[in-house]
Amino acid sequence: MKDPDIKLYALTTCIHCKDTKDFLDKCGVDYDCVNVDKLDDDERRRMIEEIKKANPGCAFPMLLIGPKVIIGFKKEEIREALNLE
Amino acid sequence: MNVEQLYEFLKKTQEAKGYFFHKDKTRVFHLLQGLLENRERYGYMCCPCRLAADDRDRDRDIICPCVYREPDVAEYGSCYCGLYVSKEWNEETIPHSYVSERRPPEKASR
Repeated sequence: MKDPDIKLYALTTCIHCKDTKDFLDKCGVDYDCVNVDKLDDDERRRMIEEIKKANPGCAFPMLLIGPKVIIGFKKEEIREALNLE
Repeated sequence: MNVEQLYEFLKKTQEAKGYFFHKDKTRVFHLLQGLLENRERYGYMCCPCRLAADDRDRDRDIICPCVYREPDVAEYGSCYCGLYVSKEWNEETIPHSYVSERRPPEKASR
């Protein structure tokens, strides 16, 4: 079965983002990661608008697993969304 | 100032106020490195777990230690990043729950 599309919006300095990356890596899943703090001005503005649609406070990390949005490092929610035991 | 110096300086000043560094020094150093990086990027030590607006006035509430540290440590025993915690949190006599973002959404970066 193909993995759902997974996209992580993160900050390079954020510890919860690091925890999320480490956890996804440990689970062996493929994901795209956007480090929002490293984007240039225009791209960053565009990305913030996109993030705010699902996450008005623009909190990090924000993880999209298929249709599911997980804000913050919520291990159990991630595990469930990935259908992991 | 390097991470080690920042650690020693903040440890002394913040412990005196009742705020302790997380007992995992690796996490603390990652966060302190983020603070130094933000100082380099923005000119002030903005919270490493939040997106700075690169405008000191807009970011005033999230310059570390942020204004949410006090209520977060009072409620959860930890600040949003887990950089500063209470003595009880480090001693694991209180539960370690995820700290929800207390900053009002309208203050987020534009």
